[in-house]
Amino acid sequence: MNWLIIFTVVLGVLAVARLLKVMELSAALRGGDVNDITEDNNKNNALTWIVFGVLFFYAFYWQVKNYGALLLPESASEHGLKTDMLFDVSMWIITPTFFATHIFLFYYIFKYYHRKGQKATFFAHSTKLELIWTVIPTIVLTSLIVYGIGTWNEITTPAPQETMVIELYAKQYDWTARYAGKDNQLGKASFRLIDGVNALGIDVKDEAASDDKIVRGEFHIPVGKSVNFKFHSRDVIHSAYMPHFRAQMNCVPGMETMLHFVPTITTAEMRVKTGNDKFDYLLLCNKICGASHFNMQMKIVVESQEEFDKWISEKKTFAQEIAPPAPVAATVDSAAVAADSTKVDSATVKVVAQVH
Amino acid sequence: MSSHAETLDHGHHDAHGHDHEHFHDDHDHHEESFISKYVFSQDHKMISKQFLVTAVFMGILAMMMSIFFRLQLGWPGKSFPILETFLGKWAPGGVLAPDMYLALVTIHGTIMVFFVLTGGLSGTFSNLLIPFQIGARDMASGFLNMLSYWFFLLSSVIMVISLFLETGPASGGWTIYPPLSALPQAMPGSGMGMTLWLVSMAIFIVSSLLGSLNYIVTVVNLRVKGMSMTRLPLTIWAFLVTAILGVLSFPVLFAAALLLIFDRSFGTSFYLSDIYIGGQALEHTGGSPILFQHLFWFLGHPEVYIVLLPALGLTSEIISTNARKPIFGYKAMIGSILVIAFLSFIVWGHHMFITGMNPFLGSVFTFTTLLVAIPSAVKVFNYITTLWKGNIVFTPAMLFAVGLVSTFITGGLTGIILGDSALDINIHDTYFVVAHFHIVMGASAIFGMFAGVYHWFPRMYGKMMNKQLGFAHFWLTIVSVYGVFFPMHFLGLAGIPRRYYTNTEFALFDSFSDINAMISTFAILGAIAQCLFLFNFFYSIFKGAKTKHNPWNANTMEWTAPTEHIHGNWPGAIPEVHRWPYDYSKPGMPEDFVQQTVPLQNGEVESH
Ligand code: HEM
Ligand SMILES: [Cu+2]
Ligand SMILES: [Cu+2]
Repeated sequence: MNWLIIFTVVLGVLAVARLLKVMELSAALRGGDVNDITEDNNKNNALTWIVFGVLFFYAFYWQVKNYGALLLPESASEHGLKTDMLFDVSMWIITPTFFATHIFLFYYIFKYYHRKGQKATFFAHSTKLELIWTVIPTIVLTSLIVYGIGTWNEITTPAPQETMVIELYAKQYDWTARYAGKDNQLGKASFRLIDGVNALGIDVKDEAASDDKIVRGEFHIPVGKSVNFKFHSRDVIHSAYMPHFRAQMNCVPGMETMLHFVPTITTAEMRVKTGNDKFDYLLLCNKICGASHFNMQMKIVVESQEEFDKWISEKKTFAQEIAPPAPVAATVDSAAVAADSTKVDSATVKVVAQVH
Repeated sequence: MSSHAETLDHGHHDAHGHDHEHFHDDHDHHEESFISKYVFSQDHKMISKQFLVTAVFMGILAMMMSIFFRLQLGWPGKSFPILETFLGKWAPGGVLAPDMYLALVTIHGTIMVFFVLTGGLSGTFSNLLIPFQIGARDMASGFLNMLSYWFFLLSSVIMVISLFLETGPASGGWTIYPPLSALPQAMPGSGMGMTLWLVSMAIFIVSSLLGSLNYIVTVVNLRVKGMSMTRLPLTIWAFLVTAILGVLSFPVLFAAALLLIFDRSFGTSFYLSDIYIGGQALEHTGGSPILFQHLFWFLGHPEVYIVLLPALGLTSEIISTNARKPIFGYKAMIGSILVIAFLSFIVWGHHMFITGMNPFLGSVFTFTTLLVAIPSAVKVFNYITTLWKGNIVFTPAMLFAVGLVSTFITGGLTGIILGDSALDINIHDTYFVVAHFHIVMGASAIFGMFAGVYHWFPRMYGKMMNKQLGFAHFWLTIVSVYGVFFPMHFLGLAGIPRRYYTNTEFALFDSFSDINAMISTFAILGAIAQCLFLFNFFYSIFKGAKTKHNPWNANTMEWTAPTEHIHGNWPGAIPEVHRWPYDYSKPGMPEDFVQQTVPLQNGEVESH
């Protein structure tokens, strides 16, 4: 089979080579050169450009129509509405430019293809034209820059004080989320403390660590509340990518990065909006990190405050996870307070801290 | 240096025409041997062909790799016996292994960016055209020029050898971000494969620096009488500025690579800190992986213009020649090359918007990045105006040149999206980026390179490439380029990350499997189209129809020299230059072209 293919290819190549020689000789007989560009060549290529141009525009339209529906649904975060708006405005600038320049391009190369007796116009320079097309892009781009940087500044302000803190901890090839707990403060951690049980290397002696809650597989956030993510990685660079929230941040070993946003649409609502009852928000890894980079994901659930409180209250604290089973009373106690703690206004945090 | 001596020698003979007989005797005397003519050649024409042929082979390799991984992306998990044939244990049962997927992507990118579009493109055309178009006998230093090629070949060979390692070649992406690239525990490719990658690139940088210094010195010093800077063809301006970019930025990559070598082999911690991997906490503390990214992109962004500017230079020349019209806004074209080059040094941060950089810094980089669009727009408008009221001859070279204008527009415009930090948050590292840079840099530069090969093939080999195959090659190529890369914008906007072995692990991306299959089909079509080129190229070298002198009726100096390969390019004195290179269809002239060596007629005004 393989030999047959090779044989056919070789035969084909030889045949084409013969054919080229024949064409060359017959052209020579007619007193020409095979590779002179004839008037027919010019005309046909010019026509092909027009056909190509029409197909090109049609393909653009077709893709927008068919693939447009597959894009990300509306932004599920507050700041995402702003960046989506910026995106739309930018698209409304670049798409017409794309069409206009290509229409001129295709039209001119069609209109001015070489013909006998036609002469090109000697037109080397025009200060006026050049000024026009330097100044117009400059104005358009300046506006875009001002608008773009304005949006960027709005969405990169520091997180409000009382924002709930969640750590997203990356390693090859999974994610771990750690909730700061009722004190809204993550316990200290160090890569030197990592061992089989303590996969994040959390400092057991740090008071702030005891109420932290560690979850894997999926993590929940309450709708309408600002969440402040702190990112860490223990091995290589990963990138926490939450496309539905228009959020992404690199996770860099040896350094802490941060990002905060306000989710606005619950998972249940998004299922209705997308007409897909299996829809889930996802956290993906978006920085090449090794063989299973393509499968480093975690589910995100956005739900009401009550649902969230219930969910988080069922999770064990770090202290409970590593300590031997504590007396029953204590567990109940901390669960009750934990439910409390997620009301993230600073007053509550203070009260909880006092109770603690 | 011998070639320099010879250059002077020629000059001497030229000055005394009666010495001519004697000079010829002299020449026959040391008739070049096979080795000195074809292997250790110091002649710019031969070195340029050596670069071209090496780049063609590297290009074939890189293209095959792209087909291999496109098979996996288009039909994930399906068995393709051809994969096992070529990759053996890396594609058990004909299904690509995830490690090998990343390795192929990495080496594909590395070869395309550095070996084909930097070494290959600049190496071929700077070498061929700089001496020819400025009217010089050869490069300033033939010897360094020869070394530049041999270092290039050596680095290519090392890169290819790394493919056969037990643990596979480098696999951390062409950007080789540490710690991934620094730790063999992180992926098998970061072992010996990464070491060879670094060695190969270090040698490549040496080659590039030798070449660039030579190009700069040659353009500055060896221009023939009358060839002022404002009479230089735009090709030469592009090569000159490219060489300057290379000299300023490649040493920074060299430094980055060196520090990485130290971290990998000598226990330093420039890029490493707080790492726990393979069940063990490493000793490294205090380094920063982000430092590497700053150093890398300080080269990396200028690098994209090192790739693109020569292509734009070639295209300017080809469009003007075949539109039979002067290039519109010659000085503005030079100006925009210079502005683009300058800006390219202060935009690198746009690759790092989401590394946690200070938001203020992010705004600065957004500002500088979007500025690049202004000179780019000027170039596009000038190309289009050059075509307006032209008399356009569609050689295969011209088709590719016009194709470049199209891809440069399409890809440049999406840069305006990516350069906006607020938008980059959600499309960084997605397929949108892949679409952007393949169209604006990949396709444009490759189109420029093809245009150059078709246009200057007669100058290189004294033969013509077949035009019919050239036409077919172009139309199939542009259709497949857009067929492959245009849909990728949508994949990116749907949130599909790049460098993913497959997208089947998420229900989220299920609806894209048809698109991926279609993209792969176009990729295969594109590869088949390149076979037309390869056949045409090698066939024409050996069996192609002989070219006539100056086949495209062009103005530049290289077409005033005889078609035969002679050492020193012009047999007698080098003709003096009297005008700029773009006097096409000048009113009052007998023909629609006037070569640069033709003196101004009585009463003729010199044009710029
Ligand atoms: C209109 C001007 C341009 C702008 C505004 C622009 C902007 C950008 C930006 C912001 C990125 C980073 C995307 C990300 O965050 O992932 C990028 C990536 C890239 N651009 Fe451009 N670009 C422009 C022109 C070009 C040109 C002319 C080339 C090629 C010669 C080029 C080649 C690349 C490459 C190779 C990447 C990929 C980097 C990676 O590995 O992630 N760009 N461009
Ligand atoms: Cu990862
Ligand atoms: Cu860049």
